[in-house]
Amino acid sequence: MNKLNKDNFKQDSYKHGFVTDIESEKIPKGLNEEIVKIISQKKNEPDWMLEWRLKAFKRLEAMKKPEWANVKFDDIDFQDIYYYSSPKGFEDKPKSLDEVDPKLIETYEKLGIPLNEQKVLAGVAVDAVFDSVSVATTFKEKLNEMGVIFCPISEAVQKHPELVKKYLGSVIPITDHFYATLNSAVFSDGSFVYVPKGVKCPMELSTYFRINESETGQFERTLIIADEGSYVSYLEGCTAPMRDENQLHAANVELIALDNAEIKYSTVQNWYPGDENGKGGIYNFVTKRGLCKGKNSKISWTQIETGSAITWKYPSCILRGDNSIGEFYSVAITNNYQQADTGTKMIHLGKNTKSKIISKGISAGKSSNTYRGLVKFNRKAKNAKNITQCDSLLVGDRCSANTIPLTENNCNSSSIEHEATTSKISDEQLFYCMQRGLDAEEAQSLIVNGFCKEVLQKLPMEFAVEAQKLVSISLEGSVG
Amino acid sequence: MLNISKLEVSVEDNKILKGLDLSIGSGEVHAIMGPNGSGKSTIAHTLAGNPNYTIESGNVLFKEKDLLSLDPSERSLEGLFLAFQYPIELPGVSNASYLKQIVNVHRKYKGKDPIDASEFLKILKEKSSNLNIPIDMHSRFVNTGFSGGEKKKNEVLQMDLLNPDLVIMDETDSGLDVDALRQTSEAVNQLRSSNRSFIIITHYLRLLEYIEPDYVHVFQDGKIIQSGGKELANKIDTEGYAT
Ligand SMILES: Nc1ncnc2c1ncn2[C@@H]1O[C@H](COP(=O)(O)OP(=O)(O)OP(=O)(O)O)[C@@H](O)[C@H]1O
Ligand SMILES: [Mg+2]
Repeated sequence: MNKLNKDNFKQDSYKHGFVTDIESEKIPKGLNEEIVKIISQKKNEPDWMLEWRLKAFKRLEAMKKPEWANVKFDDIDFQDIYYYSSPKGFEDKPKSLDEVDPKLIETYEKLGIPLNEQKVLAGVAVDAVFDSVSVATTFKEKLNEMGVIFCPISEAVQKHPELVKKYLGSVIPITDHFYATLNSAVFSDGSFVYVPKGVKCPMELSTYFRINESETGQFERTLIIADEGSYVSYLEGCTAPMRDENQLHAANVELIALDNAEIKYSTVQNWYPGDENGKGGIYNFVTKRGLCKGKNSKISWTQIETGSAITWKYPSCILRGDNSIGEFYSVAITNNYQQADTGTKMIHLGKNTKSKIISKGISAGKSSNTYRGLVKFNRKAKNAKNITQCDSLLVGDRCSANTIPLTENNCNSSSIEHEATTSKISDEQLFYCMQRGLDAEEAQSLIVNGFCKEVLQKLPMEFAVEAQKLVSISLEGSVG
Repeated sequence: MLNISKLEVSVEDNKILKGLDLSIGSGEVHAIMGPNGSGKSTIAHTLAGNPNYTIESGNVLFKEKDLLSLDPSERSLEGLFLAFQYPIELPGVSNASYLKQIVNVHRKYKGKDPIDASEFLKILKEKSSNLNIPIDMHSRFVNTGFSGGEKKKNEVLQMDLLNPDLVIMDETDSGLDVDALRQTSEAVNQLRSSNRSFIIITHYLRLLEYIEPDYVHVFQDGKIIQSGGKELANKIDTEGYAT
């Protein structure tokens, strides 16, 4: 019956697969104490930072890699990776955009991220991270006027040590789990955001992560702190060249929302997914966690996951403050041999805490797509509420979708509502749209975008259209 | 306009069309009547290119082209429109943006620029009001949760927006209230012209009183067993199909 629903793949659909030909400086391959020290040295870090890293590294040596996820891959040789690579001359960072290698500016322009402040999207500040370093941050001054700090984390370590010391590792402790601890030992760059009391951040903040060098891992570290009564919306985007090898991206992202503060964190993840035979692509093993520390605080995660050979991440919320709110909106698309095991954890500690989970998984080709989630109510989480809705859409019949929603309820005044559906794009729907003149791909993209609409609507407006296109592109070729 | 000869079609290994011949000239309106399950929708879906219908033999010429070699969207772009007996729901897709998109793919095919948003809204408002479609129906998802009659009206609206050369209406009248039936017929009559043809599949004389057909065919046992003018519809209405 499946005559309009085909699931073969066309290969030219990854538009960001180019390599920037730029001289880079790498430290030797391998993972050991010496490497940790070199990274710290490269970044001119104070002693306390180095000690923190070394503590993590010690811990790492005693840790095992987690193996419970529904993903399969060959063992990673952690000694065969470059842990630090930067475009030449970035030790002492250029002070203005004029000093940045034009090749880098061109790279970001090609990716649709102009760094020139006159050209950028109105109302969006960008931090551009290239391999292991941040190469430019726009609108820093303008944000500074309002007391908002937006800078590379390596700069924050130098300039705002009190904030970094206080919050780094406060949500994801260095003892957390293998990949998170690895990140704590060798993290390179990422963004730091601090929004002071009562300030509503006047523009969208965003970081664009680019992996360029081969055999290099990216270990991004991002820390966002929203002080009392403040608000910030932050977006990250990610791409990488097309290569036969698998590259590791192991990031840690920590969010802290104090009393009455709100953080909205959006991700458009489009790392290279590998080719149609499953060769190459990024291993995206990411730890993202937000702490609703204060009362009435709110953290909301929105993710559009279309890239990577393997996506393994569970952006989570710890709802400690009374009346705090956690949200997770996700679209995860897998095609060909991509694997995704993603979802969220909502840990309810405070009274009247609420969480909402909407997950839309779309699998095509021979891919596998798992939603894994945990909703936990602590004994003291009186009147806590969760709503979970997980929908899976299958394209073709060689892919798989799983839903693993775990719950742990230790409080009898709390409630969980859970709904899950699995559907296929029906031939009838495709035929109906084609009868009105849409070609097979347009029809499929219309239906899939309809399926994820609830989540796409949660993205900041500036990125919603882009994300819609990306949804269509990632499925390109999965119909005849 | 359309020339069907010796068409045999099967569904899931059951032969439904067993040698259909039908010729439709420009500007003509043909009504097809026949018992439930005889294969009228099969004719409609076969002409529109639904891949679940297997062509066993025969051929079809549409505007001098080999229709059966075109895929469903090419047939649409070439001017063939099917108003579905059971319109399909598209959850999450807003009706307004869907309608605009289908208008634009047709414009693109004709080498025209996409329609201006305010221009589209104006046309949409006007055509909706002719069919008594409330404008806020367009902010809902395509056909999703629409009543039976609303779905049918939405089909007629799409026909009206796309200006097709050949319209196949598959029981569009079933489920419409008396006013909607009249409005639908008016929309069809307005579109009637010397270079546009209609195939109207129906069970009821009533529609054919509004839309005067040039020919009426009785379809039974996989083929057309009788053809005539409007008087044939009157006869069926009183006597039924049983002979
Ligand atoms: N997918 C299918 N599988 C098996 N049989 C089918 C399928 N689709 C249609 N048929 C059969 O084909 C025959 C013709 O169906 P069709 O829908 O064309 O009839 P119709 O003349 O339009 O009937 P009605 O007046 O009730 O709309 C019926 O016997 C129907 O059961
Ligand atoms: Mg029928």
